[in-house]
Amino acid sequence: MATALKQDDSDNNRPANAENVVVRFAGDSGDGMQLTGGQFTLSTALAGSDLATFPDFPAEIRAPQGTLFGVSAFQINFGSRAIETAGDQPDVLIAMNPAALKTNVDALREGGLIIADEGEFGKRNLDKAKYENNPLEDGSLAKWQLLKLDISALTLEAVKPFGLGNKEALRCKNMWTLGLALWMFEREREPIIDWLKTKFAKLPDVADSNIAALNAGHAYGETAELSGDGLGSGHLTTRKVGAAPSAPGEYRTVTGAEALSLGLVAGAQLADLPMFFGGYPITPASAILHHLSRLKEFGVTTFQAEDEIAAIAAAIGASYAGKLGITSSSGPGIALKGEAMGLAIMTELPLVIVNSQRGGPSTGLPTKTEQSDLYQAIYGRNGDAPMPVIAARSPGDAFECAIEAVRIAVQYMTPVMLLTDGYIANAAEPWKIPDVDTLEPFPTTFLDKMPADGLKPYARDEKLARPWIKPGTPELMHRIGGIEKGIDTGHIDYGAANHQQMTEIRRDKVLGVADSIPDQDVALGKAGGKLAVVGWGSTFGPIHQAVRRAVEAGKDVSHIHIRNVWPMPKNLGELLKSYDRVIVPEMNTGQLKTVLRDQYLVDAKPVNKVSGQPFTIAEIEAAIEENLS
Amino acid sequence: MNEMTKITTLKDWETDQEVRWCPGCGDYAILKAVQRTMPDLGVRPEDTLFISGIGCSSRFPYYMETYGFHTIHGRAPAVATGAKLANPDLDVWIITGDGDALSIGGNHTMHLLRRNLDCQIMLFNNEIYGLTKGQYSPTSRVGTSSPSTPYGSVDRPASPCAFALGSGARFIARGIDVHKDLTNVLKAAHAHKGAAFIEIFQNCIVYNKDVFEEFAAKKTAASTQLLLADGEPMLFEKGEKGITLDRETLSLKVVDVVDGDWQAANVIVHDVTNRSVAHMLIEMPFGEFPMAIGVLYDDPRPTFEGAVVEQNAQAAEGKKADLQALLNKGQTWTVTEDGPEL
Repeated sequence: MATALKQDDSDNNRPANAENVVVRFAGDSGDGMQLTGGQFTLSTALAGSDLATFPDFPAEIRAPQGTLFGVSAFQINFGSRAIETAGDQPDVLIAMNPAALKTNVDALREGGLIIADEGEFGKRNLDKAKYENNPLEDGSLAKWQLLKLDISALTLEAVKPFGLGNKEALRCKNMWTLGLALWMFEREREPIIDWLKTKFAKLPDVADSNIAALNAGHAYGETAELSGDGLGSGHLTTRKVGAAPSAPGEYRTVTGAEALSLGLVAGAQLADLPMFFGGYPITPASAILHHLSRLKEFGVTTFQAEDEIAAIAAAIGASYAGKLGITSSSGPGIALKGEAMGLAIMTELPLVIVNSQRGGPSTGLPTKTEQSDLYQAIYGRNGDAPMPVIAARSPGDAFECAIEAVRIAVQYMTPVMLLTDGYIANAAEPWKIPDVDTLEPFPTTFLDKMPADGLKPYARDEKLARPWIKPGTPELMHRIGGIEKGIDTGHIDYGAANHQQMTEIRRDKVLGVADSIPDQDVALGKAGGKLAVVGWGSTFGPIHQAVRRAVEAGKDVSHIHIRNVWPMPKNLGELLKSYDRVIVPEMNTGQLKTVLRDQYLVDAKPVNKVSGQPFTIAEIEAAIEENLS
Repeated sequence: MNEMTKITTLKDWETDQEVRWCPGCGDYAILKAVQRTMPDLGVRPEDTLFISGIGCSSRFPYYMETYGFHTIHGRAPAVATGAKLANPDLDVWIITGDGDALSIGGNHTMHLLRRNLDCQIMLFNNEIYGLTKGQYSPTSRVGTSSPSTPYGSVDRPASPCAFALGSGARFIARGIDVHKDLTNVLKAAHAHKGAAFIEIFQNCIVYNKDVFEEFAAKKTAASTQLLLADGEPMLFEKGEKGITLDRETLSLKVVDVVDGDWQAANVIVHDVTNRSVAHMLIEMPFGEFPMAIGVLYDDPRPTFEGAVVEQNAQAAEGKKADLQALLNKGQTWTVTEDGPEL
């Protein structure tokens, strides 16, 4: 994604020699579509194509089989040039049952290919998907190419020698399908065979069955006469999607949750601190807790607390005791942590709070993506409680943002909110692995000796940060707490003038973070002009591509992407004012737009989407068009 | 710890801060008891951490010349868990009240006890919300008249020690704010490795004055208090009465002891490791029975932080903290000027 050399991205008029292809795997949530997509992603990455993925699954773990709300889908956009989004419209839809077809087919581009498992289109499943007639037979799919295969029967045949029961045997359907997809796009089977052998090391029959199914799907593509007779209108042919021209270096695929976890580990190392991570299970944030709990050798202690409040409170306790305290959640959990964030602000302890945003409010859309917690991040606490906020734009960017969050927390003795979202957390992209030696360390210093002028736990350095003193240090015993405290001493002080002054110090300290962040740059286009498209977080991909197309079409448009959401870069106001118009596409009802208007008195206009799905490039293009005319 | 090894004196544990409790509050006596106990524990102020929530009792850390953290309402156990996991060498004391520990923070109290974090939890029970000006609390008796219950409270109170036992606490004790034996209870709690839960009956002279007077009053203490000691018979009323087990109903009952022959009266010898008897002692209805004071239960189990440290060490054993290797984990490919290769 961000690592590939920039060229043009998806073009929806798909020629045979397409430079990128969008494939969507859709099936029942028990069909293993996420797994199939994940393995297809791996083989695609290993072939050097650039890619972006979009896993889209229901909140229910196993909804009743065959139902519309139980459909799980995985979309991948891969190409021989830079890929920034998971693709507006699939070119190929693999539908494992009628419900998967019904919920996904409308997204397919006209003329795109449907591969459907005919064996699953019996009356019962058609009823569950609320089809009156079999769409594979009634001509309703005429605007697409249709390829009907009895994948169920073909799979059963392929795994027959291994003597599995019918149910177990049918579980191999996803591998058969993957085998066919690998053949279609000329991908290697070996990495997946290796993976299956490792995964089912203790169940050799299951491993062998899955491998047999994978090979059978691949062989089917190779040998079958797929001219279309009796198989529907589709033709099965291979398409070679080559390697994307990427910057030289070593690559791997990474999801946002992985990259963010790695960034936190890197940040702790750069700060020379052991990490304490307090978490409570919540979708889609739990993956970070899972990743970190396996990294004990990096000085990571993970704590699954009894609730969200305990998770942050324990992290605060750990920071007080001299570790790097980190907590993570999603919007509802962040709301519960609000009071404790105030405590960290008041006691001026370093803390990183990760919010993997989901659709809201309340339980909202747990497995869908949104960026509607920006107000909550910047303003969502009682009292004047300022906190720096950083937002990741992509899986790979989450690594760098995590390091930056740790730096600010430690250098400014403050909690920092790190925003990501469900899309970034689950999506995978190729990632140029950073060279650790190029990361700049920011080692922590603790106050460990009595200063010449006596102990002042709330004395300030040039950044207005107070000293960090670990319990256990002789002579420096002191008390801190959430009650307002006297300047320098930290003793309880309700004085009117004191509270005014302390409130201003806390504000100025956080605003001062702007001194340590880079000036706002223009991601694409020029500084000043007709139209700036301003974004933050995971809308980077679609905005960037839409602006690129507009620029290439000779339009006067620029893309500005804000990573430091609070405080904002010092030159941002001036930069925004150098454009005639400013639009702000966001997956909320206009939160950054409001902040920009408030901070800079610019006439920023909202472009909003809150459907639980990321923006398409076309949607942003339309907004650009509208604002230029 | 004998006198010879004392490394601090009472003065070393007092801060220069003005104590801001109401004159006559039971908290003063508890503060003094703690400050008097610390020199006997052989610990250093810099290794000692007092953590509190919100409420009158939670001002306590400001008055101890140690490290201290006055946190937010109900969350002291969670903050303490993080601090202790981060540095297991710290000697952690949690100061809380009936509202802080059993209402808003009940969840954290329960989980700290079941995990068995090594710390001392002093719950100052005054059966009232003091700092918010006198509302009834989760330990207030039915019928408690307060600003929020002008016609008397109707909900049944929680029993702090029963809650602790049910949550899995391995040390449970009771003390009285002005009782000279409180220091012994504190020492026993400190000697216990694991979560040590102490309910202290604390007199709120403004909003719930003398609510414990029926058993706390010195004058009548001999007949209203059962002072427990491990290995000693459960006697009160100057040895004239004792506690025995009614084998018919499998419940405790009070028996008369004639001529000091408690064996003849089948008086139970207190065994602090007996969980069933601890439960019965906690549940003894006052009036019919005296109030059991002292160490009710003490039977250590491995601590939470000990297990975490051990597991972390085991999981890390033989592995290097090589960040570059971590980043390069899994299947990777190299892109050269000529394109990718596996």
